[in-house]
Amino acid sequence: MAGEAPGWLGRLHNALSRTRATLAARVDALLAGPIDEAFFTELEETLVQADVGVPLSGAITQQLRERSRGLSSPDAVRSTLAEIIGEMLGTPGVLHLDPPPAVILILGANGSGKTTTIAKLAHRLRQEDRRVLLAAGDTFRAAAIEQLEIWGGRVGAPVIRHQAGADPAAVVFDAAQAAVARGADVLIVDTAGRLHTKVNLMEELKKVNRVVTRALPAAPVERLLVLDATTGQNGLAQAKHFHDAVGLTGLVLTKLDGTAKGGIVVAVAQTLRVPITFIGTGEGLDDLQPFHAAAFAEALLAAS
Amino acid sequence: MFEGLQQRLGEIVRKVTGRGALSADDVDATLREVRLALLEADVNFKVARDFVARVRSAAVGQQVWKHLSPGHQVVKTVHEELVRLLGGEARELRVAPHRPSIILLVGLNGVGKTTTAAKLAGHLRRRGRAPLLVATDLQRPAAVTQLEVVGAQVGVPVFSAPGATDPVAVARAALARAESEGHDVVVVDSAGRQHVDEPLMAELSAMHAALAPQETLLVLDAMAGQDAVTSAEQFAARLPIDGLILTKLDGDARGGAALSVVSAIGRPILFVGVGERLDALEAFHPDRMASRILGMGDVLTLIERAQEATSAASAAETERKLRRAQFTLSDFLEQLRQVRQMGPLDQLLDMIPGFAKARQAGLTVDEKQLRRIEAMIQSMTPQERATPSIIDGSRRRRIARGSGVTVQEVNRLLKQFEEARRLLRHVDEHARGRGPLPFPPR
Repeated sequence: MAGEAPGWLGRLHNALSRTRATLAARVDALLAGPIDEAFFTELEETLVQADVGVPLSGAITQQLRERSRGLSSPDAVRSTLAEIIGEMLGTPGVLHLDPPPAVILILGANGSGKTTTIAKLAHRLRQEDRRVLLAAGDTFRAAAIEQLEIWGGRVGAPVIRHQAGADPAAVVFDAAQAAVARGADVLIVDTAGRLHTKVNLMEELKKVNRVVTRALPAAPVERLLVLDATTGQNGLAQAKHFHDAVGLTGLVLTKLDGTAKGGIVVAVAQTLRVPITFIGTGEGLDDLQPFHAAAFAEALLAAS
Repeated sequence: MFEGLQQRLGEIVRKVTGRGALSADDVDATLREVRLALLEADVNFKVARDFVARVRSAAVGQQVWKHLSPGHQVVKTVHEELVRLLGGEARELRVAPHRPSIILLVGLNGVGKTTTAAKLAGHLRRRGRAPLLVATDLQRPAAVTQLEVVGAQVGVPVFSAPGATDPVAVARAALARAESEGHDVVVVDSAGRQHVDEPLMAELSAMHAALAPQETLLVLDAMAGQDAVTSAEQFAARLPIDGLILTKLDGDARGGAALSVVSAIGRPILFVGVGERLDALEAFHPDRMASRILGMGDVLTLIERAQEATSAASAAETERKLRRAQFTLSDFLEQLRQVRQMGPLDQLLDMIPGFAKARQAGLTVDEKQLRRIEAMIQSMTPQERATPSIIDGSRRRRIARGSGVTVQEVNRLLKQFEEARRLLRHVDEHARGRGPLPFPPR
């Protein structure tokens, strides 16, 4: 299900229309004079303010310094900059869903937007006429199961659930059986939000992952980390720990409809070589889009 | 808690505290490192710049540098400015004595408003109040059910209006209910919203106008980045924010963004959320937090938690034993259980002066380990618990078999016990002596 969603750029553009002058405009303004230290300093500050992080902002600026020598047009500088960031972001992630049933594990910290992302993802897959089954693996948070059931009802995806407080691995095992029995194409597994520092909760996640791989040995398994775009430098530590625990296959960057830029994903993509698969741009079911590195790089540089 | 910031600033502090004299270059270099440490901890860009400028001018103004240890002077100045950045004085929640006080919680999606509402209501109930929780998040599916479940867990009734679509009307109805049922505090949970969502922000203003709350508290995620200041400013522009609650501080997030919000909108942090348990809400003390960030420990909070978890009588008894070095493995077992009631162990360790360094060296705490220790002690005879020195090789093997662990683990426990004895004595001395250590022991 890789590929283009028509109107994606328009949607992202809408989501970002609130931001003021873009760096592109700033580059133009600055290039009225020479590209001097003041320009690079301001660029670095812009990146830091977009949560890219101090070391990486410095590295990007340094690369631009080297690669922009001899360039005179603002356009050339701008596209060099987009290139540098694009290289760091890598190739966007693509979901591998064949042969069915495929499994998508949705992981993340508390409040990052996992359940809403599942709803959007299920909706998207339903529109591609896939049979989707949801597993209510968040048995910890109050009413998480009910929340998933409401979404499941709205998008037409049945939910496999146990009682609150049940072992999530058991829920997932049952869901895996059900996926085969009912001939589902995709099983999406919700998991409880967890801070990556909680050793026992990360162990629980490994167990869920093991159960899935054992119950459906032939199934492709996607492990997507849902990362809130408002997250700061802690996002990198988060991603590292989840990656170490289960081996991430992709990232979903949520809440890009605010003013946060989500720059931490540049560091995550660059450090862990985990691709960004989707971005969330709003509260509606259609607000989940495949990731585009170039458009993201451009948005990142919008001045705040 | 605030680990990254703590680690970086702690290192910088250690570098300069021992120095005999500091040149202007040393001060500049230190301040550059401080600025970098702040940025890496998500402290807002502009706030970091102002912070460093203030430390510099405060430091330059001091005449005593050559007489007192200059390193200590810098640390003291950083500490003072950090306290100021964190909001200066601790502020308590304002609750009116008679008529129902209204507390409105607002914030972005997913910061933890609903959990915090329940924690806060439970906190008030434990202090003898009769709170009412109000569910006005009609947006997120099952948000009302969630509040009802956590409300029941903390023993606080929840007002909700099934089928309602207007949160302002729900809030008004809840107010009438609170008055008729004699609730003295009303905690209102609102729907999460993006600060750029015009209709939802207008709705929040309307809610505020209808309720006229004593306290409108903005809930912030400790993991937030640079944008936290932007969103907080937008909320503050739409309705008067009285204070902040910082959530998810039990991870290793650096929390710098939230600190920036304090100075950006000029409102203090009242509470911090430090765990998933519904009693994991702490009053916020800027001075103590500054000490913790600089790796100086926070013995006061540790003692307060201990006081909550233990009865005065048993604490006095333990204290007596500690002083006479009569502390046995049975006491250790009981302490262990009490400590576990105080909260996750890694948090407690951070409050002990000097421990931040050990944590950075890779000391991690696995709660499971505590259960194994319990099992081992339970496999010992009363005599062995009283006099660990009699535990020889054969007894060690028996204890290992009895508790399902290896002999090595029993050995380690006995060694750890000796260390714990020393550590507890150490904490005890500081607690009764000088309060929090002024500087990390080196």
